[in-house]
Amino acid sequence: MREIIGCDVAIVGGGIVGGSAALFLRQMGFTVTLLERDWCGAKASGVNFGGVRRQGRPLEQLPLSQRAHAIWGRLPALLGTDAEYIRSGHLKLARSETDLQALIDYQERSAGFGLDLEIIAGDAFRRRFPALGDRAVGGSLCPEDGHANPRLVSPAFARAAAALGAVVREQTPVDRVERDDDRFTLLCGGGLEVNARFLLNTAGAWSQRIATAFGEPVPLESLHPNMAVTEPLPRFLAVNIGVEGGGVYGRQAPRGNMVVGGGRGFALDADRARPQRDAVLTLMRDAAELFPQIAKAHVIRCWTGVEGYTPDRNPIVGPSRTTPNLFHAFGFSGAGFQIGLAVGEALAELVRDGHSSAPLDAFRIDRFPPTP
Amino acid sequence: MTAPFQSSVIQPGAIQPVIVGAGPAGVRAAERLVAAGLRPLMIDEAARGGGQIYRQPPDGGFTRSKAALYGFEAAKADALHRTLDGLRDRVDHRPRTLVWNCEESALDLLCDGRTETVPFTHLILATGATDRVLPFPGWTLPGVFTLGGSQVALKFQGCTVGKRVAFLGTGPLLYLVAYQYLKAGVEVAGVFDTTPLPVQARALSGMLRDPVTLAKGLWYVGWLRAHGVPIHNGARPVRVEGDGRVSALVWRDAGQAGGREMRVDCDAVAYGLGLRSETQLADLAGCRFRFDAMDRAWLPERDAAGRSSVAGVYVAGDGGGVAGADAAELAGERAALALLEDAGLPFDAGRATALDRRLSRVAAFRRALSAAFPFPADWADSIADDTMICRCEGVAAGTLRAVAVNSQAREINRAKALTRLGMGRCQGRMCAAAATELLARALGTGPDGVGRLRAQPPIKPLPVSATPRFEAAAS
Ligand SMILES: Cc1cc2nc3c(=O)[nH]c(=O)nc-3n(C[C@H](O)[C@H](O)[C@H](O)COP(=O)(O)OP(=O)(O)OC[C@H]3O[C@@H](n4cnc5c(N)ncnc54)[C@H](O)[C@@H]3O)c2cc1C
Ligand SMILES: Cc1cc2nc3c(=O)[nH]c(=O)nc-3n(C[C@H](O)[C@H](O)[C@H](O)COP(=O)(O)OP(=O)(O)OC[C@H]3O[C@@H](n4cnc5c(N)ncnc54)[C@H](O)[C@@H]3O)c2cc1C
Repeated sequence: MREIIGCDVAIVGGGIVGGSAALFLRQMGFTVTLLERDWCGAKASGVNFGGVRRQGRPLEQLPLSQRAHAIWGRLPALLGTDAEYIRSGHLKLARSETDLQALIDYQERSAGFGLDLEIIAGDAFRRRFPALGDRAVGGSLCPEDGHANPRLVSPAFARAAAALGAVVREQTPVDRVERDDDRFTLLCGGGLEVNARFLLNTAGAWSQRIATAFGEPVPLESLHPNMAVTEPLPRFLAVNIGVEGGGVYGRQAPRGNMVVGGGRGFALDADRARPQRDAVLTLMRDAAELFPQIAKAHVIRCWTGVEGYTPDRNPIVGPSRTTPNLFHAFGFSGAGFQIGLAVGEALAELVRDGHSSAPLDAFRIDRFPPTP
Repeated sequence: MTAPFQSSVIQPGAIQPVIVGAGPAGVRAAERLVAAGLRPLMIDEAARGGGQIYRQPPDGGFTRSKAALYGFEAAKADALHRTLDGLRDRVDHRPRTLVWNCEESALDLLCDGRTETVPFTHLILATGATDRVLPFPGWTLPGVFTLGGSQVALKFQGCTVGKRVAFLGTGPLLYLVAYQYLKAGVEVAGVFDTTPLPVQARALSGMLRDPVTLAKGLWYVGWLRAHGVPIHNGARPVRVEGDGRVSALVWRDAGQAGGREMRVDCDAVAYGLGLRSETQLADLAGCRFRFDAMDRAWLPERDAAGRSSVAGVYVAGDGGGVAGADAAELAGERAALALLEDAGLPFDAGRATALDRRLSRVAAFRRALSAAFPFPADWADSIADDTMICRCEGVAAGTLRAVAVNSQAREINRAKALTRLGMGRCQGRMCAAAATELLARALGTGPDGVGRLRAQPPIKPLPVSATPRFEAAAS
């Protein structure tokens, strides 16, 4: 059966980036068709760690990240649910004096961006975070960072967009995209054809296909952050924890389950990934060392997801350099959940105004040397 | 880069078969492989071999004769246990060991609170089945047990689940366990069979192909009747009543819509709706699944010999589809022969043909069994909105129906993401069948129309302290 939809903007990929772009575009009055191969928010956006964090991002991401912070604050108004979003604070631990110095340096460099970082060390640190004992010499607290439940937030954006009149088609892969004259034509599964003036490429780790189709391939790699969760435990940790220099990170969900991340899973195929045993066992050891409170608990589930990484770990966000009215947003390199909402908003501005009020220069698609 | 955890490696060209499950299927597979000169590793969570039906009492526990423990099956149980004993020095039997993951031709084990990784060249999954239960109002009240659980209590803990027990549901275990309880001196408040009598009578005639099984089934029913046990066909539960503990079962006749509610006093309810295969390891091993209409479940694809879609991985016994213990023994041996053939070792082709013939009769028997004890598809409708579906995460039926009806979730993994169903300790092993039926009814489709829960490691909870690197970290 053949079906044809005409609209202003076609969006490929219903993750948090495509879903929020759809919502903001509808708010601006554009007609929108959102195409999702799986279910909206079922991929990286729905399975991530749930860290809603600005602290630690490279400075060039902070303007967008600050805008995202404001949008997260409006979640109930936008979605009709808080999706378990909590501004718990994000504490980045320093396990050595060198690391503490790195945190102090970051505090200074990021001073103008409004993160309100607070360095806490020594006795003050131990008094304030007794649950962490002396496993860190100190840390940097971003009081308004936090965490949220990705399984609830990400699908909710596509749903809110649909409620405002966006056409949302799930289980509908975009198989081919063509452009003639001033229009994009998307050929989708189920015999659907979508015609649109604008095209947003928000297909996550699978965005390379559209970029390549329009002559701008990028060095994008799929990687799989490894996650584990314990059974519910008595509350011992209010803040979302990261460690300077990387390694393990953790947060305690409202139900008491401790969610920890670290290491990488492996790909089953281009679309699916699984936790990897060595990563799981190493993560369990590192997590128990950092949080002795979980040493007697059980891990009830491990998982991972498929995420696109760029060589410089900054995303690609902005206009295509080959094709007018095509905009890309992908390659978030393991950190697109928090910032995704501002990226959705920036995409909507690009469609409306031709430019975004947030600086996007660092995220140009042509910043990489051409791939052979 | 950290060193891999795997402790042992397989010499090039060597064959290292691993069998998961020491039930009828696993033991017969091991026997065949040993006869061919191989030394399989056989892993089971249980303390002693035998599987579900021929489970052995704990060592040094109370002693009951095999006749008392296994009834009609005593001779078969005895034969299997003897085989197991005879294999002792030629099989690496690892009891009390959970397999919690399968990844890239190696299994991850948990034994005595420690993990270990063992490689395999060939894998026979003989993981069996466990009770299939669907909730109904009151099912979480203390005193409500599964049929299998009630039997285990009787056989191996030497205790009964109550003094006056009502038996509810469908499947051969329904009459068997009621019979075993009555024999053990427990008052049976009644057998409440969800299948209408005419349906059952018609189907039983189909089982004449298997006169022994038929005779056994009829014998239990007859014996129960002769001892004054009321048997109600076509029953549906309304609720379990009780204040902190079961005091009555309220039920009605399925044939009469809005029919009169009846109540029967009891202090325990044993119930079940057949069995469900344990398929998580096959999933982690990468096996392709297909929907089986008879079991109303997604099962690993296998050929008549037990080969899965993954080379070197075999599925035998109830873990690949519920067909009972006799079939499991045949399937275990058949899978071992397939393994030998695939490994290029000599194998008894005549024996394989004979087993194939007998296994094809099993398929007919399975059809008859599922006709005699059909799954009550309308049961899901009677689950009240406030009844818990997922006990681990406290998800009620109404919550699940809501995400289905407002069309946020047309698939079970989606429902899981939105409601937490199946995200707790049991990872959906207990609630997935119920959730599937409920979701399917709410969406007006069949259980094949809502997908299947994907398995993730660990398939059962894994102590954080089990990681081999834990001690190094703790010191
Ligand atoms: C395990 C894990 C943990 C993470 N932890 C964090 C964290 O704590 N904090 C943080 O900020 N970030 C985190 N991230 C990163 C974050 O989840 C991602 O950067 C973000 O979700 C990306 O959103 P997206 O919408 O671009 O991609 P996705 O959510 O992957 O969405 C892309 C969508 O496009 C669809 N699609 C692809 N191709 C097609 C096609 N041809 N037709 C139709 N649809 C198509 C896909 O099905 C998919 O749904 C984590 C990622 C993972 C995997
Ligand atoms: C509680 C219960 C009682 C039953 N009672 C009867 C009865 O009285 N009469 C009757 O005819 N049938 C009974 N059945 C049906 C019976 O299960 C089968 O017909 C028969 O046991 C199937 O044999 P099998 O070898 O396929 O699997 P099983 O006998 O079930 O053996 C499977 C074995 O695999 C092990 N295992 C599974 N997964 C793992 C893992 N991940 N790691 C380690 N070990 C694992 C289990 O511990 C188990 O011992 C019962 C079933 C259940 C669940």
